[in-house]
Amino acid sequence: MLRYLLRRLFYAVPILIGVNLITFALFFMVNSPDDMARMQLGVKRVTPEAIAQWKAARGYDKPLFINESATALQQVTDTIFFDKSMRLFAGEFGRSEDGREIGQEIRQRMGPSLAIALPTFVIGLGLTISLALMLVLFRGTWLDRTGVVLCVGLMSISSLFFIIGGQFVFARVLKLVPISGYESNPWTAWHFLVLPVAVSIVAGIGGSTRWYRTIFLEEIGRDYVRTARAKGLSDARVLFGHVLRNGLIPILTGVVVVIPSLFLGSLLVESFFGIPGLGSYTIDAIAAQDFAVVRAMVFLGSVLYLVGLILTDLSYTWVDPRIRLK
Amino acid sequence: MMMDPIDFFLILRDSLWVCLVTDALLWLLFLGFVVGLVLILRSPLQRDVWRNVFQQRLAVVSAVVLAVAASFALLDSIHFRQPLPALIEDSGAPQSTEVRYAVEVNSVLDLLLSGLRDSYEKTYSAPLAVNLSALEPVTIALPDGNVEVRREAPRLKVAGQAFPPGPVSASVYWIDVAKRLAVGALGGLGAFAVLAFIGLALHRWRRRAAPQSRYNHPVARRWTLITLSLIFILAGVMASLSDNFHVFGTDKVGQDVLYQVLKSLRTALVIGLVPTLVTLPIGVVLGLAAGYFRGKVDDAIQYVYTTVSAIPGVLLIVAAVLSIQVMLDNHPEWFATAVERGDVRLLSLCIILGMTSWTGIARLLRGESLKMREYEYVQAARAFGVSAGRILLRHILPNVFPIILITMVMEFSSLVLAEAVLSYIGIGVDPTMFSFGLMINNARMELSREPVVWWTLTAAFIFMVVLVLAANILADAVRDALDPRSERP
Repeated sequence: MLRYLLRRLFYAVPILIGVNLITFALFFMVNSPDDMARMQLGVKRVTPEAIAQWKAARGYDKPLFINESATALQQVTDTIFFDKSMRLFAGEFGRSEDGREIGQEIRQRMGPSLAIALPTFVIGLGLTISLALMLVLFRGTWLDRTGVVLCVGLMSISSLFFIIGGQFVFARVLKLVPISGYESNPWTAWHFLVLPVAVSIVAGIGGSTRWYRTIFLEEIGRDYVRTARAKGLSDARVLFGHVLRNGLIPILTGVVVVIPSLFLGSLLVESFFGIPGLGSYTIDAIAAQDFAVVRAMVFLGSVLYLVGLILTDLSYTWVDPRIRLK
Repeated sequence: MMMDPIDFFLILRDSLWVCLVTDALLWLLFLGFVVGLVLILRSPLQRDVWRNVFQQRLAVVSAVVLAVAASFALLDSIHFRQPLPALIEDSGAPQSTEVRYAVEVNSVLDLLLSGLRDSYEKTYSAPLAVNLSALEPVTIALPDGNVEVRREAPRLKVAGQAFPPGPVSASVYWIDVAKRLAVGALGGLGAFAVLAFIGLALHRWRRRAAPQSRYNHPVARRWTLITLSLIFILAGVMASLSDNFHVFGTDKVGQDVLYQVLKSLRTALVIGLVPTLVTLPIGVVLGLAAGYFRGKVDDAIQYVYTTVSAIPGVLLIVAAVLSIQVMLDNHPEWFATAVERGDVRLLSLCIILGMTSWTGIARLLRGESLKMREYEYVQAARAFGVSAGRILLRHILPNVFPIILITMVMEFSSLVLAEAVLSYIGIGVDPTMFSFGLMINNARMELSREPVVWWTLTAAFIFMVVLVLAANILADAVRDALDPRSERP
């Protein structure tokens, strides 16, 4: 088990280097640092000195991959690629355009992001699995058919409409909750959180319910279900005792992998509801074309995804004793 | 509102045709679709498979809705620049024989909808309104000679021309609306009846020529006719109401919202379809190769797709779009017109969306080809010394084709939805274009105005939901009929 974990962690390194190469190519080779400087400083009337100064202040004046003016190991380490990309491995995210420490910001903003993402995830998962089980229990009846139609309908509505509509109806017309905002103490901030969490759950409910229903329907056609019925178990016992537990295996594949990424929060919900989390941080960075922040978020997202993959494998051994990791 | 057909053709004849890249791609896709349709109709096996799809009422209705949306998009994909009137010198002789063209690029759809396009109001007005939604100071001469300044919603410039100036009484207004509704519905139904009569006559004639017709699908025919008749009635109503009103109101700059949603259809279809042109070659080649060759090739390809899929999708798209945007901003000299610039940005967005979404299909096809390479007929082909490329092309690709098609159809709706989100973040289509995402983005501030401006959002909502819902339903039907893995009940 431990050896398996270590090996998986070791495999993650080349993938992260690949991720860095891709982002590096996108940010530094499609556009030269000169272009970026010109854009940040405003295209008109930029003196070469101003560009040089801008680049020097951010360390973009070094060569891209190989520094020929340096000696020995410095040839590789004193370059933009090493400085901006490989440092990320050590958790050094650098500074954003406005000079703030990105690592510090990330630590601060994780909490609010989680305050939205975690309840959404837990309640949403419980709700969708229950709904899917209910549809399966009533399979072939009008309830099942209406449910599936509803799911497809919900899937066809852009999440933007849910957010805008929810905000309009519950916050502006009915005035049940504040339109947007946040309090640093998550226990007292619940009235800021109710609407964003509810909206995110509703926006995601259609697709997952339908998907889980398909999984459960597939399980229900298997032999063990017939055996369970033959020995006289009730429908509910079969469903909760057998189908649910076996259906969890394919569900885990899609679910566990996103758990670490919950830290990243949701881009849309956070920016609409004014939650100072990582999602709105990313949106602000995009609006300000702050490449350093976007680069840091890409790296963080990839790390969390790879952690999610490893967790998925581990969770298999937990739900399915037949699987052993070597 | 309708323009004279002769004028229409004269304008088209004298204009300079402009072919945007996405125009060409959209028409190419259409051509590919027609070729595919002919191939399906020719092969008895394929016909049977697709008969299953079109025996479902909802699938037929969805297909018709999508076809109507596609025809709007195709009409919107023929662009031209109108000639400018020749400059006349003092002597009366034309300055030069060279014809100069307007910088503005229009499409055939623009020309057909020119009544809607050019009917600008001052600012917001509600659907079917005759007054502006905003109050303006109006000076009124009182009978005693003084003037009084009141804040009133003034009459619209373009809409409500059929009414005499001054306040419109409710009865006059509703009689006019009802009259237009009736005329529009009847006109639409009439137009549909004429077309349907011609179509059915042709069909009958074919049937007589070949009694055992292979085009006999009663369910499909009935529901196609029902859907089309409803769409014609709806179009007729909209057209006749548009003569005197803005059916969906006007937006902040006073532009007709109906025109905007119709223009957005093309953007939605381009975003939904063109990325698959990028996704498919990469995903299919890499996926099949990884599964078939295994070993080092598999390792390398798996590494690439794990790396690409490790980056959160939105962030990768954001990163790529930001970089491209900076590049386009730094090179304004590449484009002759704003439309061309917007088009290149749309195309680059499509390419980026395609480049980031091929991992799913590659993984799927890797599994399939890993399985299929062990099948007897593939083993036999290999024993006969057939080359790997040929085996993949002749024996494996045709068998994974249903999976490819299903992925493509399923991808459509998620891409259309993604466009809205990306445009909201500000990295979507060019702000000079029309798209559902841009409309939603503009509309979100309007809900907090007083009085509430709800119509732009509603119009975008209705059109987008209908489009995506139709695509989802059709995708389900196609998957049920074609997917070898799904069990039919």
